[in-house]
Amino acid sequence: MTPPQRRRRYPKEEFTEPPRERPPQEGEEDGEEEDPKNPGRLYLLTGGGEAGERADLDLVTLIVARADAPTPTTQPEQSALLRLCQAPLSVAELSAYLNLPFSVVTVLLTELLAAELVQARAPIVRSALPDRSLLEAVMHGLQKL
Amino acid sequence: MDFKSSETITGPRAEDHLPHTAQAAVKIVIVGGFGVGKTTMVGAVSEIKPLTTEETMTQAGIGIDDNYGSETKTATTVAMDFGRISITERLVLYLFGTPGQERFWFLWNGLFEGALGAVVLIDTRRLEVSFDVIGRLEERGVPFVVAMNTFPDAPSYPIEDLRAALDLSEDIPIVQCDARRRASSRDVLMTLMHFLYSLTMSQAHT
Repeated sequence: MTPPQRRRRYPKEEFTEPPRERPPQEGEEDGEEEDPKNPGRLYLLTGGGEAGERADLDLVTLIVARADAPTPTTQPEQSALLRLCQAPLSVAELSAYLNLPFSVVTVLLTELLAAELVQARAPIVRSALPDRSLLEAVMHGLQKL
Repeated sequence: MDFKSSETITGPRAEDHLPHTAQAAVKIVIVGGFGVGKTTMVGAVSEIKPLTTEETMTQAGIGIDDNYGSETKTATTVAMDFGRISITERLVLYLFGTPGQERFWFLWNGLFEGALGAVVLIDTRRLEVSFDVIGRLEERGVPFVVAMNTFPDAPSYPIEDLRAALDLSEDIPIVQCDARRRASSRDVLMTLMHFLYSLTMSQAHT
């Protein structure tokens, strides 16, 4: 029995590949992937913060509320965020618990960061040469599972 | 906690909070075709019940398909399940599993950027669904290992046949696993870590 054979892609193909999805066809503005219970949600949560002003947040940036953060009179979403991150949580977890898309959470967090109500603990990203001690720490941690 | 009348926010359970000592996080992405067991694998090793985060691609796609984004008014939501493993008091590992709609993961800026590496989970009954993913990881220079999730009725190919079929070089590890089992899934992650370690060591000598 012979498995199917992968044909290697070459970088040049990238230019001929149709970008993203085909353009929306008439009468199907609502993507099939949309949650049927919640079609076409709109996010207009943020007062300030124009596009492009978002803080550089990764899915795994850890967010923690500053201990001296005053009770904000901001939007309820931001109050909820502040309550959630009394202890550190990743942006991904905040997005999951708030049931808001990642980009919406980053907009909310950008404002909280600017107001110094929360702290961001930057993720360790893969560099050209990952830190050996980091890899060793992860291996050691997995061993204990 | 009722800013949305129809839903209430379920925050983390007390035991799902990270300690205040948590300083930094790393991530590994588990990719593969629909139904291949990515979420199962995340759930098998995660210390929290897997959570779901999502992104709407009308905005996040900007930067990759800039000239196209303006024409694409349809919002496509991509959801990802993820789990968490506390490595030390200071370091946390997040595992992201990416269900369906493969091409959209790569429009999610920041998903693969900064990831330590990836696990390509394959089902030998539908090997071809992983071809595209492997090609994209290669193009992006994301280091990965291949894990064959063993389904009872799936054909079993010798590893070397799989290597040839997937057109992978000798150094890329291919392992068998049972994504339902914690130890087995843990071993897959360990294989990835050893592979990353060897890459680091070989780069250090050049």
